[in-house]
Amino acid sequence: MFDHIDLIKLIFGRLTWEAIPYHEPILIMTFIGVAFGGAAVLGAITYFRLWTYLWREWFTSIDHKKIGVMYVILGLVMLLRGFADALMMRAQQALAFGDSAGFLPPHHYDQVFTAHGVIMIFFVAMPLVTGLMNFVVPLQIGARDVAFPFLNNFSFWMTAFGGGLVMVSLFVGEFARTGWLAYPPLSGILASPDVGVDYYIWSLQIAGVGTLLSGINLIATIVKMRAPGMSMMKMPVFTWTALCTNILIVAAFPVLTAVLAMLGLDRMVGTNFFTNDMGGNAMMYVNLIWIWGHPEVYILILPAFGIFSEVVSTFCSKRLFGYTSMVYATVVITILSYLVWLHHFFTMGSGASVNSFFGITTMIISIPTGAKIFNWLFTMYRGRIRFELPMLWTIGFMITFVIGGMTGVLLAVPPADFVLHNSLFLIAHFHNVIIGGVVFGMFAGINFWFPKAFGYKLDTFWGKCSFWFWTIGFYVAFMPLYVLGLMGITRRLSHFDDPSLQIWFQIAAFGAVLIALGIGCFIIQLVVSFLRRESLRDTTGDPWGGRTLEWSTSSPPPVYNFAFTPKVYDTDAWADMKSNGYQRPLDGFVPIHMPKNTGAGFIIAAFSAVVGFALIWQMWLVVGAGFVGMLAAVIIHTFNYNRDFYIPAGDVVRTENERTRLLESHV
Amino acid sequence: MSAHQDHSAHGADHHDQDHHDDHMHADHGTFKSYVIGFLLAVILTVIPFWLVMGHVFSKSSTTGIVLLALAAVQVVVHMIYFLHMNTKSEGGWSMLALIFTGMMVFIMLSGSLWVMYHLNHNMMPGVMSETVPESIPALPDSNKMP
Amino acid sequence: MSNTTTSPVGALNAAPSSRYYVKEHHPENGTLLGFWIYLMSDCLIFACLFATYAVLGRNYAGGPSGAQVFELPVVALNTSLLLLSSITYGFAMLEMQKKQVRNTMLWLAVTGILGACFIGFELSEFAHLIAEGNGPQRSGFLTSFFSLVGTHGLHVTFGIVWLITLMFQLGKHGVTPENKRRLMCLSMFWHFLDVVWIGVFTFVYLMGVLP
Repeated sequence: MFDHIDLIKLIFGRLTWEAIPYHEPILIMTFIGVAFGGAAVLGAITYFRLWTYLWREWFTSIDHKKIGVMYVILGLVMLLRGFADALMMRAQQALAFGDSAGFLPPHHYDQVFTAHGVIMIFFVAMPLVTGLMNFVVPLQIGARDVAFPFLNNFSFWMTAFGGGLVMVSLFVGEFARTGWLAYPPLSGILASPDVGVDYYIWSLQIAGVGTLLSGINLIATIVKMRAPGMSMMKMPVFTWTALCTNILIVAAFPVLTAVLAMLGLDRMVGTNFFTNDMGGNAMMYVNLIWIWGHPEVYILILPAFGIFSEVVSTFCSKRLFGYTSMVYATVVITILSYLVWLHHFFTMGSGASVNSFFGITTMIISIPTGAKIFNWLFTMYRGRIRFELPMLWTIGFMITFVIGGMTGVLLAVPPADFVLHNSLFLIAHFHNVIIGGVVFGMFAGINFWFPKAFGYKLDTFWGKCSFWFWTIGFYVAFMPLYVLGLMGITRRLSHFDDPSLQIWFQIAAFGAVLIALGIGCFIIQLVVSFLRRESLRDTTGDPWGGRTLEWSTSSPPPVYNFAFTPKVYDTDAWADMKSNGYQRPLDGFVPIHMPKNTGAGFIIAAFSAVVGFALIWQMWLVVGAGFVGMLAAVIIHTFNYNRDFYIPAGDVVRTENERTRLLESHV
Repeated sequence: MSAHQDHSAHGADHHDQDHHDDHMHADHGTFKSYVIGFLLAVILTVIPFWLVMGHVFSKSSTTGIVLLALAAVQVVVHMIYFLHMNTKSEGGWSMLALIFTGMMVFIMLSGSLWVMYHLNHNMMPGVMSETVPESIPALPDSNKMP
Repeated sequence: MSNTTTSPVGALNAAPSSRYYVKEHHPENGTLLGFWIYLMSDCLIFACLFATYAVLGRNYAGGPSGAQVFELPVVALNTSLLLLSSITYGFAMLEMQKKQVRNTMLWLAVTGILGACFIGFELSEFAHLIAEGNGPQRSGFLTSFFSLVGTHGLHVTFGIVWLITLMFQLGKHGVTPENKRRLMCLSMFWHFLDVVWIGVFTFVYLMGVLP
């Protein structure tokens, strides 16, 4: 009666034991490593009875500070995976010449470079940027949390589960082999019938929802929750760049959602959006994906620009030069970033008139960025510069990013791009700006705000080691790629015939090793700082002589951030308060209205991950059940009207008195 | 100094929610405004349907332009009468968001149409003969290429 | 007044200047703005679908054109249903302002029924096309048609689910500030879908049958 085999198929779809890569030794070894490491971590948590603590204090937290920290942790963990992919690519390209095939067959190599790109952009850079904005912005504007704290938690888990899906693809099935943007027809069902592109689509759709909601959240926060007196033109520059970044997110990510949905429909249902025949048009995919893709890179860099503004003014003990022009430059960049997208496909054949227009707009967009660099330099001029770690990263950025920007302007010239498109020159350019801009910015931000988040500074010695390894490593790894690109070498190749090129690749591989050491030093920095935390302790809450409101709180801030909401009269509000003899209130504290923790975000996101996994493997029953579960979880959550509570005045008094004691014992 | 905080907190809670409601929803519309909006929308719907189903204009392009214009007007009618769009709501941020989105939609639609038109013209099958030059210049020595 | 030392713990007359802080600050609720911004993002998804329809909309691949498959009377009916549902939702909002729970729920129910009829007709239109062999896989034109109109329909369906949920919550809690906010968000959502439909019936259906 019951066809047993059909039931298995209905539940498991195309998921079979064959999905596990028994025959790939590299993956088996990786799996063993991950299994041991994972078991160790999970075992330790169990042994120290930390599960309840983790669930109550972190996973269900709607506190923007905790969520920000979790985002950064996610980004840093995924950095290790993404960088492992980079090391494998460098090694392969350094070895595979002539008869030697290297150690990665093309089938595997293609997944490595695709995963490298996807992970680095979506699961390293985006979480790091989002995490820092989440942590810092409410503190900078004098607010107690973001506008929608529950949504914030949910957004984090959507991003995390999206990343989880990508990681699962390593051991169950495979990943896409199409490059990080998965152009059809290669990513269509005919050329990629396997699950790889499906993993790509669903992990990005899930993470994309998280990002979009986070964008809405931060815009509403910045618009609605600024402290009294903080007009738009008195906001800190990082908050301005955060606002523009989130506007970009809200305006760009829907396009990604729509395009990936179309690709998914083409693959699953047989529609003809991007097929070669039946009226499809694959070029439309390229057009639409880059309408998203270009704003995306500005989403990554604008927060970094904001960080540099804060760092430069703090460590030069000077008001930022040209605040107004910085704001205008940021807004202009935001708008212009929607007018340049075609420069990513000059060579696709749109012709001279179209190419010229976009080439010109691309060159124009470099101007506001140039204005920012000058403003930073003018801030430094005649300032009392302190070469703390955040400042080092900033100086590294200024030199490195400018070089990368200049190669970008070179590529903006269509005839030049015709020669250099998809060559290693392009690879060198975008790594130049992403590493020099985004990564250096993240390290600057992490070093800058770490004391605020955890109450102690990061160790300087290991931080400097990390900085120098990263900087020198970057140049050693990527300058050869500029040379190779100018010689005409194409990207994404896993094997070469011309032995005269090998030396360049070997140099680049050595550079990658240096960067690996840089990452290693960073990890050591984290460990050493933790072990030495008492000697690195930040007792005042203002270890750098900061200028914005987050430095007026203790380190770490209390859960409510500010016992009394600050009133603002000028930009650099904290600097203004300090120079005007501000005295911290010592009593008169009132109960504080706060939102409650909840597990609903985790649960809904978990359901969506299950649905995503089931869609990939065509496990239709699970899809149905999972979707119903997700909907039910959402509706049940909306029936919860009991979402907030008051921190009693007594608790506030105790916390503030503790801080008073700490401040006095170190005066 | 700290005795009456609890009362003020509770009071403030109710007070601020109502207070915020009052000055946030300044414009809810009235029965009259909904009916006006509805009637305008009906007129602006009937006309385009009539234009097409009655084959009123001989040229498709004329019909097309008129249809788009009427649609644009109806969108504005909806915005004003149903969505209560004005420059005051949310301190002007609603209008700003709408204008920005409108700009983005315009850029996306016109940009995509312009780009895709050129791409299709240059690259889609059937027009290849137009893009191949009549004489191909001799290529330089390519020994150095990998 | 000294500006370098802090007062001893617990001193009641330290009286630091309150120039730099407020005792109780209640930031404005951001839900309506946040939801409006979400709607703007949704607008961009539809813009993408419209752009795709604009590019692929005449790619018939040997299959039928819009003139051959669109039934404008049905489209006119659907348009009226949706437009009516907009005004009935407006009436629901007016009742909400008067805190009339029962009347609010009545008009919400009417709105929901009109919306369900809209979806019903649309589904039958889709089923009819698919049965004829003119499903979304048939051509670029049909792909973009089904995805644009289908996405709109999915949004309406989700709106109906939301509406039913809200009716339960209204019944349970009455017209609280929380429920008012939710009804206002659904109001924005519902009217926004009608705005998108203006684009759909104009650009897809009416212009689609033009030669």
